[in-house]
Amino acid sequence: MSWLSDDALSRLRSAASAPDLSGTRYRLLQEVGRGGMCTVFLAEDPSLARRVALKVLDVPDESGELALRLTREAQVLARLEHPGIAPVHDVGRLPDGRVYYAMKFVEGPRLDAFAASSATLAERLRTFQRIAEAVAFAHDRGVLHRDLKPENVMVGPFGEVLVMDWGLAKSLLPASSDDRTPSGASVLPTSEAGPHTGHGAVLGTPGYMAPEQERGEVEQLDARSDVYALGAVLFFLLAVRNPPAGGSVPPIAGVPRPLLAVCGKAMAAEKRDRYADASALAAEIARYLDGRRVEAYPESLIHKTARLYARHKVAFWLIVTYVVVRGSLLFFTGR
Amino acid sequence: MVDETQRPDLGGSFPATRWSAIEGARSSDPNERRRALDRIVSVYWKPVYKYVRARHRRSAEDAQDLTQEFFASLIDRGTLEAYDPRRARLRTFLKSCVDALAANADRDARRLKRGGGNVPLSLEFELAEGELARTGLPSPEHADDCFEKEWIRSLFAAAVDQLRSGLAAKGKEVVFSLFARYDLDDAEPGRPTYADLAREFGLTTTDVTNHLATARREFRRIALDLLRETTASEDEFRREARSLLGHAPE
Repeated sequence: MSWLSDDALSRLRSAASAPDLSGTRYRLLQEVGRGGMCTVFLAEDPSLARRVALKVLDVPDESGELALRLTREAQVLARLEHPGIAPVHDVGRLPDGRVYYAMKFVEGPRLDAFAASSATLAERLRTFQRIAEAVAFAHDRGVLHRDLKPENVMVGPFGEVLVMDWGLAKSLLPASSDDRTPSGASVLPTSEAGPHTGHGAVLGTPGYMAPEQERGEVEQLDARSDVYALGAVLFFLLAVRNPPAGGSVPPIAGVPRPLLAVCGKAMAAEKRDRYADASALAAEIARYLDGRRVEAYPESLIHKTARLYARHKVAFWLIVTYVVVRGSLLFFTGR
Repeated sequence: MVDETQRPDLGGSFPATRWSAIEGARSSDPNERRRALDRIVSVYWKPVYKYVRARHRRSAEDAQDLTQEFFASLIDRGTLEAYDPRRARLRTFLKSCVDALAANADRDARRLKRGGGNVPLSLEFELAEGELARTGLPSPEHADDCFEKEWIRSLFAAAVDQLRSGLAAKGKEVVFSLFARYDLDDAEPGRPTYADLAREFGLTTTDVTNHLATARREFRRIALDLLRETTASEDEFRREARSLLGHAPE
């Protein structure tokens, strides 16, 4: 039997796992990430002179179940054409039988790195708003993400966000349904994304999974399950740490109470107490950024006054100035 | 023939068309059992031997005795019957059996040498010792890593041998030679480029690219086939493939 040095072992590992791209339009550049059942490679598409990310199934798949799952992931992505979701370009099979799909190669920090930066509160909230809007779009197309967390969001150089890793996505539409659902239609679970997500399967990330998802109640998942995860992502953006177990939202130094209330509502243990969908959560953040009242926070008179003052500060001081000037004129000149 | 009524439920077993050495080792057919155990021994004897040397700090002679005895127990005492892939990987199971055997051997001064009186297996211990002399004997803390690395080395080495003979049988020696120069050779400080290989073998760069792609594809297929033979279920196979191909442990 041949003796193989450690260096040869390492080369053979690479040789056995690197995708054989002969017969495809891509040229392999380098491996960029591994996780789950796939490896992601950076490749070049010479015909369009652009770089793409290739997500390649690299776990043996005798039954074809994983290939089906990856193909479905590509199909789910293909129907989610939104600036906040990385577009898929192509799906295919390598000469060695492995299934892959090509998507936009995204550069930039992940949301966890962005949260650790010196971004202001307003920048964090606007970023979160874009994430929620991308997820809202998916909900509108009948798709749940089911694994929203900071590691699965990229932030581009111009503040744009891309929600990644739809490997656990669940289609809420029957297989024969049209891809587009009427905007605002309620998102009700009707079918599973793949055979791996049967009843009782716990898929997702602890801390970011809604209680019903943690309990493996697959048939109970709907848009509000993603809303829970979005609430946890919002918590992370505000606190720069993972949300505590159990979903209760503790005070965070320097974070206004209305925002904590938004977090708390999104991460409510009971689905009925959460926002109805990601659109409602995005709208709530928009209200906060506009200085309007957020639904999740019952204001006292003092808070309401303070908020109205902050929102209408310029008008307030213009009126005060007018009143003072008018009063002075009246007092000193009698006019 | 395999006695289906005696076969334990392994949970998510392979389709019947796939041969598994784990299943074969439980067969009532002595030829099938021997074939299965030969496969397991070929992949695991070096990892076991080196693990005994590293973890249990045995002398070369003692480690040889223990290794022989260990595989004799797999063959004659049906140790593999106790293996349940739902509970552990085969590697983990084998290591725990080796540990138990080593602990028993410490207590049992009357232990029979050379496989408890059986005909010893033909294992090239001198070769393994030579490799240890080259790489150095790992410390006990690194014995598990050593076992894993030796498992990969054994499996890949068997795959390389099969690749060589398979390509030779098809008259494609040049394909293997290119693969050996590019992926196996340690002689040069840097890897040759495809252009270097094209010049060396009198081929075009495209030919080199295609031949290497063929060899690597075939190597992957053979390595995974060998792995499949030494795992008991699809789930175990997938997990082991992840380890083999360099994924972080789950």
